[in-house]
Amino acid sequence: MATDVETLTFRQGGVHPAEHKERTSGLPLEVSEPPAEVAVLMVQHIGAPASPAVKKGDRVSKGQLVGEAQGYISAGVHAPVSGTVKAVEPRIYNVTGARVPAVVIENDGEERWQEGLNQPRDAERMDASHMVEAVQECGVVGLGGATFPAHVKLNPPADTTITDAFVNGTECEPYVTVDHRLMLERTEDVIDGLRLIMRMVGAPNGWVGIEMNKPDAVEAFGRALADEPAIRVVPLEVRYPQGAEQQLITAVTGREVPSQGGLPLDVGCVVHNVATTLAVREAVRLRRPLIERPLTVTGDGMERAGNFVERIGANLGDIIRRQGVREGTNQIILGGPMMGIAQGTSEVPLVKGNNCIVLRRGAVVPPQRHCIRCGRCVDHCPLGLMPGEISIACEERDWDAAVELGMLECKECGCCAYVCPAKRRIVHLIKFGKSELRRRRAQRKEGG
Amino acid sequence: MQLLVSSSPHVREPDTIRGIMWQVVIALLPAVAMSLYFFDLAALKVYAISIAAAEAAELVCLKMRGRPLAHAADGSAFITGLLLAMVLPPGAAWYVPLVGGVFAIAVAKHAFGGLGNNIWNPALAARIFLQFAYPVQISLSRWPAPRVLWGAAHDVVTAASPLAKEGAAAPLSYLDLLLGNGVPGCIGETCKVALIVGGVFLIARSIVDWRIPLFYIGTAFVLTWLLPTGAHARAWSADPVYHVLAGGLMIGAFFMATDMVTTPVTRRGRIIFAVGCGLIVSLIRRYGGYPEGVAYSIVLMNTCTPLIDRWVRPRIYGSTTPKPVPREA
Repeated sequence: MATDVETLTFRQGGVHPAEHKERTSGLPLEVSEPPAEVAVLMVQHIGAPASPAVKKGDRVSKGQLVGEAQGYISAGVHAPVSGTVKAVEPRIYNVTGARVPAVVIENDGEERWQEGLNQPRDAERMDASHMVEAVQECGVVGLGGATFPAHVKLNPPADTTITDAFVNGTECEPYVTVDHRLMLERTEDVIDGLRLIMRMVGAPNGWVGIEMNKPDAVEAFGRALADEPAIRVVPLEVRYPQGAEQQLITAVTGREVPSQGGLPLDVGCVVHNVATTLAVREAVRLRRPLIERPLTVTGDGMERAGNFVERIGANLGDIIRRQGVREGTNQIILGGPMMGIAQGTSEVPLVKGNNCIVLRRGAVVPPQRHCIRCGRCVDHCPLGLMPGEISIACEERDWDAAVELGMLECKECGCCAYVCPAKRRIVHLIKFGKSELRRRRAQRKEGG
Repeated sequence: MQLLVSSSPHVREPDTIRGIMWQVVIALLPAVAMSLYFFDLAALKVYAISIAAAEAAELVCLKMRGRPLAHAADGSAFITGLLLAMVLPPGAAWYVPLVGGVFAIAVAKHAFGGLGNNIWNPALAARIFLQFAYPVQISLSRWPAPRVLWGAAHDVVTAASPLAKEGAAAPLSYLDLLLGNGVPGCIGETCKVALIVGGVFLIARSIVDWRIPLFYIGTAFVLTWLLPTGAHARAWSADPVYHVLAGGLMIGAFFMATDMVTTPVTRRGRIIFAVGCGLIVSLIRRYGGYPEGVAYSIVLMNTCTPLIDRWVRPRIYGSTTPKPVPREA
């Protein structure tokens, strides 16, 4: 069955790392007990941080706004539990490692929703702008890791025409299986969410892109969409980084998102991953703010792996201790192993973008050698860059050369470093180069 | 719990520099085995001295540069010594591979910054150096004749190469040339079948880009066929099959022009590189005073590699031009 399906994929580059999904892909999602305390960070996403809307001692209801969005490319943050605000204090943001303001809430165990939230409403009578407002109000951001505020994508500028809306069911990072589970367990809801998105952006075509390591999900959508000509399920070859918006769009439509800061909407596309599509649906249909998210907990250091729905702000350390940490575990990755962030401590609060916890035993950083110019990074770069050359320019702090080589186009997918036989830290150097360049540009601006 | 904080990606493909280098050595073994049959102890002596000299120079240079001595076991110096021996005459005096091995590693490689920084293929740079340092040893001496696989043995001494422009080259069939049967030449270059087997192995292992041997040999084939010959041309002069099967083209195209460090990093760049090699070798063979030209063609194109890498870049996704971002003033 699975093997004779015709699959699509993107044109250039890419890799196929060991998938490690078999351990959790068959385990249904479990809703975890809400934690006794949550720390809700004011930084949850790309864009401006939120500003605390409550203070120490305040009683809050579940779903109540505790962090106000600042500006348009920003999203509100809501109380994941009902209870009392214990403190507003800095906590570690697990994406950057920096300490940022957080609202710490002690759970009173009452699970008391704020008035008016989590109530079914008739979405058929809502118009597009009303629905986008609901998404914005509920603080929905991209849950695949990049965490771009969803309402921005759903409200394209008036002069653009969106023709294609995507559910990104590729889940191309190794280990992660939550989207796979959601697609199996909530097929109809995902399709419903996509229909709402199509209405919001006015897209006539809907696509569900799924890699063929999830043939059961492809079948489930095929069955559910049998009488739905506007939405098609697209089986895709298993190839990383197919879940990147650009690669998915190219795989399905053949179009390329323009370089130099072009967006999917420039080629008439809007892409949301599976969990985000569901969060959009819940915002519109139920007025339910984003206060929990599914994540895979796995890796050879994890005693009991699984797929869990956890509250935002739950402590990572509590989750892994609950599931059992095996002897010899020496690395905690939030996200997948290709783009995820290795943590310096297990005591960090979960944020909206965390889709996976990987515990590894005996992880090592391989010793680095000089580039031998084998060209594998060039062959495997999905963006047609010369990553090795960019990394050398970064090492030499030749920022002009790095920019000229396309450093700012790099999405840090990691294919280059994955294939590098010299084990060079190419992505690390490019990240360093980008932040250094940002710092210098900011300085120059300040200096007048 | 002591946590390892590393930068993504946290997983890596198992291939290493060491793994790649030793696979190249494995790929050369069939040709080495054939050469030991053809040239016997004379070849063994050259191999031993060349490899020992290269590895010794590697250790000394690593020590001087404060680099881990373990790098001497990564196979790169071993390959240089091995390849150098394969392009030396079987009767070379002991000091020829010795000087060559040291020059290849100390001058052509480490003086430029070591593995990854050298501009020229170290073995070929040393070969050319030896050409000038010991012209009699390399070019003009009468080399020992190889043992034959079948048929009558040739003279004890014979011409240096089936491509020699003077002297009585023995008549050689395509089959003789392909197998190296009775073919005079450098130690490791005569058995084309063995070289092709090794080359195909490296292509299958994604260590060699097939474009380089294909376009190098293809260009040489077409040009030696089409370029007009001079008045005193020899019978085989316009025979492209003979040109491909005789001399160092095969070892050069599969094992020298494919050296990762000294060739372009892009696929299109490698095609340009290989076509350039084919053009230069054809011009030298047809109009030059020198019968071979493989070493010069590769080293000259090695020199062009930084320029090729500068000009020939892949098209960046989503852009219409290969260079999307203007340089800042």
